[in-house]
Formats: sequence, C-alpha cells, structure tokens
Amino acid sequence: MENNKVKVVLGVIGADCHAVGNKILNYAFTSAGFEVVNLGVLVPQEEFVNAAIETDAKAILVASLYGHGEIDCRGLRERCRESGLGDILLYVGGNLVVGKTDFAEVHSKFIEMGYDRVYEPGILPDQVVIDLKNDLGL
Amino acid sequence: MNHILLIDFGSTYTKITAVDIEKEIVLGTARGITTVETDIMNGLNQAIEALFLKTGKLKFSKVLGCSSAAGGLKMVAVGLVPELTAEAAKRAALGAGAKIMGVYGNELNEYEIEEIAQLQPEIILLAGGTNGGNKEVILHNARMLTTLGKDIPVIVAGNKSVAPQAVKILLEAMTEVVHTENVMPKLNELNIEPARETIRSVFLRRIVEAKGLNKANQFVDDVVMPTPAAVLKAAELLSKGTEYESGLGDLMVVDIGGATTDVYSIAKGDPTKTNVALRGLPEPFAKRTVEGDLGMRYSATALFKAAGAKRIADYANLSAEDVEAYVEKVEANIEYLPQNEVEEKVEIAMGKACTSLAVERHVGQLETIFTCFGSAFVQKGKDLSDVKTVVGTGGVIIHHEQPKEILKGAAYSESTPEMLKPECPKYLIDEEYIMASMGLLGEVYPDVAVRMMKKYIVRG
Repeated sequence: MENNKVKVVLGVIGADCHAVGNKILNYAFTSAGFEVVNLGVLVPQEEFVNAAIETDAKAILVASLYGHGEIDCRGLRERCRESGLGDILLYVGGNLVVGKTDFAEVHSKFIEMGYDRVYEPGILPDQVVIDLKNDLGL
Repeated sequence: MNHILLIDFGSTYTKITAVDIEKEIVLGTARGITTVETDIMNGLNQAIEALFLKTGKLKFSKVLGCSSAAGGLKMVAVGLVPELTAEAAKRAALGAGAKIMGVYGNELNEYEIEEIAQLQPEIILLAGGTNGGNKEVILHNARMLTTLGKDIPVIVAGNKSVAPQAVKILLEAMTEVVHTENVMPKLNELNIEPARETIRSVFLRRIVEAKGLNKANQFVDDVVMPTPAAVLKAAELLSKGTEYESGLGDLMVVDIGGATTDVYSIAKGDPTKTNVALRGLPEPFAKRTVEGDLGMRYSATALFKAAGAKRIADYANLSAEDVEAYVEKVEANIEYLPQNEVEEKVEIAMGKACTSLAVERHVGQLETIFTCFGSAFVQKGKDLSDVKTVVGTGGVIIHHEQPKEILKGAAYSESTPEMLKPECPKYLIDEEYIMASMGLLGEVYPDVAVRMMKKYIVRG
C-alpha cells in the first residue's frame, strides 16, 4: 500500500518555473520507494508547509534554479516551526545564488537558515536519496 | 395521470409548481406562507388552493419537495489546513446545498467547541488529512466534538487510515455517525461527490423530520433535497443535457436574495489563455458559492460596505448620498420597494453590485508573475471567460423589470481584467421561477426537465 511509504514534499520554490529537474527528482525519489507529493513549479513557501502538514510528510525537498534561492528560501524553517512541523527535514539544492560564489559560503548560509542539507549543482539524485534514507533512519 | 406537483418549502414562502409531463408545460404556480413552526401543511394547502383557483382541481401522480425552510440545512465544516481539507469540506457542504455556519481548521479548542454548540449546526462534516497523511488532528477533533454536549449527526470524510477510529470516538457521544470517502484523498485532489451524497442521505433521514417537514409526508412522496441542491441539479441538467436532449453547455446561475447571493457554475474552468499555470485546489465542475454579505434587504448595509458607495453610485449614475439614503431605507424596512426613478436606479445598481461581487468571488483570478524570463500567469480558480450563458433566478431577479441590467454585473470588465468572468454571455431569465422544481423533476424525468427549462427559461 502506498500508505506505508514515507512521504516527501517536492517543489521548485518562488517564481522559478524550471520544470525538467523537478520531473527527474520526482522520478528518482519515487523509484527509491518514497511517496512524492510533487507541488511542481512556482511554489510559495506556504504551500510546502501546508502540503507537509496535510500529508504528514517527513521531509521537504526544495529546489531553486534561477538564482533567487536565498530570498525565496529564507524563513521556511521559521514557518515550519510556526506551523507545528518543527524540525522536519529540509533539503535544498540547485543554482541557489547568482554568479560564481564559493559553495562553502552558500552552504553555511543555507545551514544557518535552517536547512538540514544543501546541494550544489552537479550532485546526482542518488546521493540525495542515500542522505535522505540515512537521515530518516531507513 | 401526467401531473406532477413540485414544492419548494422556502424560508418565507412555500412555492409550488404543477407540471404536465406529457405536454411538457407548466400548468400553474402558486405560493403560500411557509408554516414550519405550526404545521407545514397549512401553508402548503393555502398554496394548493391558490393553484386550483387558477388551474381547476388537479390530481397528481407524484409530489416532490425540496426545502430551505427553518434556516436551510445548517452545517459546520471541520478540516486541517484551512486552504486544503477545511476548504474541501466547505465545498462539499456547499455543493450539497447547505448553509455554512462555520469552517474550522487545525485542532479545535474549547472555545471553538462552545462556538459550534451555539451555532447549532444540523450536520457536522469532519475532514482532515490526506489518505495516509496526518492522523492526529482528525482524531483530536473527533474527541473534541464528543464534548459538544449535543447529539448532532457527524459525517467523517477524512484520512481513511484513521476514519474507523474517528467514527468509534464520535459514537461515544453521537447517535448518528457516518463515514464516507475522504474529501481530499491526495494532496490537491478534490473528491467531494461522496460527501455530498452522504450529506443528502443524512438530510433525508434526519433533518426532514427535525424540521417538521415529515408532516407533509402523507401528501408529499419525498422531500428529496435542500433547495440549493435542487437548483445546482437543474443547472447541471440544463448545461449537460441528457442522452436524448442536448444541453446549453457551460453556464452560470445567479440567484440574488434579500440576505444572500448564490452563484453556481457548471464548467471545467480550465485556462483559456496561453502561458497560464494552474495553482491551488482543483475546482468542482458543478460549483456553488454563497455570499452572506451580499443581498438586497437584510444584507443591504453589508453590501454597501463590500461594494462601496462609489461602485453602486457609478452603476446608477447617481451620487453616493442617494445610494446611502436608499440603503438605509430598505435596511430599516425590508418590505420597501422603490417609489421613484432615483430609487429604481439604486435598486438596479445594488442588484448589479451583488451580481458583480458574488461572481468575482466565484470565478478564478489571474495573477502576473515576473520571472527572470519575462512575465508568466498563474490562475487560481475557474476561468469562466468562455461561459456563454448566465441564468438569473430567484425573486429579486425574476420580479424585476430589467433583470438583464442586474445580470450584466456577471460579465467581464476591463477595469478588473484579472477576474476571469464571462466575456460575452447571453442572459436568460427563469421567468416562471421553475429551476428548483426542474431539479426535482430531473430526479425522475431528466429529459422532460431539460426540455422544459429550455422552453421556459428565456432570454432576458
């Protein structure tokens, strides 16, 4: 039954309409045995939170590919806490900032914002699946 | 025996329509005062006498009724996230023809329980969680509802994984607890039909009796549904038609009353423009919304606030003071009718404002999003710009001399391009006030109902 599968919420945040990577991630996590609640593109923070509450998801996977990641992603952790989701796993990945910024800097910035894992361009979905399973103790 | 009598037990009037299903004609209509407090038959008999004066004595092979008497079917909807399952539960109840007293999200607290007890709903719809999703909140809310201190029928339409548990908890305090499919089985997937059906069956079993409507049972074969559900059914039939009788296609219905304005749409509402992404909860194909603050008498002041003096004054081509004066007059005396040209103009403008605002709240909206690659559009709700037919029903519209002027508020306006209202609809008027009746007739003779509506609901 699909109900026994762990649910994860997936979406591309903000005004970003990059749809291809979203489809690939959907496929990758579904194949890995998760039930993916895919919100698609152009997703406001609020919808990630609402979806996670209603479906009892164990992780929120946020993608941002158009360089405005910092603006769009800030405050999501606070919103989760405010809504009772508390320390639900938050992952983020993509082209999070514009230009050639040192990834270590980006990484620490997003960790500070409350994300549990931050991925740079070029990381394959398999790695994220492994991390997610580890973090969830699966 | 081809005569059928259709009855609408309204909050004020009991309206009856006699039809000949062979000739497919309305034999006559009449009305009496609704006498639900004493014996509902008194008012009905009064109406029947009035009818027979016009038609001569008739015998009926079938008598069907719908009711919005004694405040309609009062419901409270409970869900989890306000924009998701609570909204889905609300839409299911509206679609079943209910009057929504309150919508609650998240964990119910003691204050809200007190509030619900005071609202005195006749049915509570309890949703929450997608299937396999959140379990705690619906169970918490079931437990809280047992502390209401009232025996109210509860319909459980939430997370199927814990529905049996929720039912068990509720049965400790309530005698009638029914479970049905989840109103939102998956995230953003609306499934309100089973809940609608269940509400209707509970209405038939419990509410008809509680409202003293059963006293009419010896005469009436069945009080089959709440009146708004009958209108929704009629609208669906008129739009879709039947196997043997074609319908009119996508349409909207506007019903303005003294206290509320109801809007119905029968249309899928997919984007008609290019480069549009759909967002938010999917919309029901047959959708009903009710605006409690838009009405011509009891809600006149609320309408004045919602629409603003300027909007009404602009429609009427008068000053804001004229509008305000008239609004005060009709609110103080709800029986008041326009006495001169100025008042007539304000009355039309108020009707147009009711239509305009109610339709704006019903239809979807387009939002422009500026991305790095130029602008894109996001649509929330139904795009009804291609709807070609707007039907006006209800006392205010059909008794008006210029119903079309009132209905024009439903049309798209260049000043609010983001509202996806019908762009160039034609306007039809339910002159004989038969829509609710035809919804009832449609339960038994759908083809006849469609043909009769096409004959009697005419161009305004």
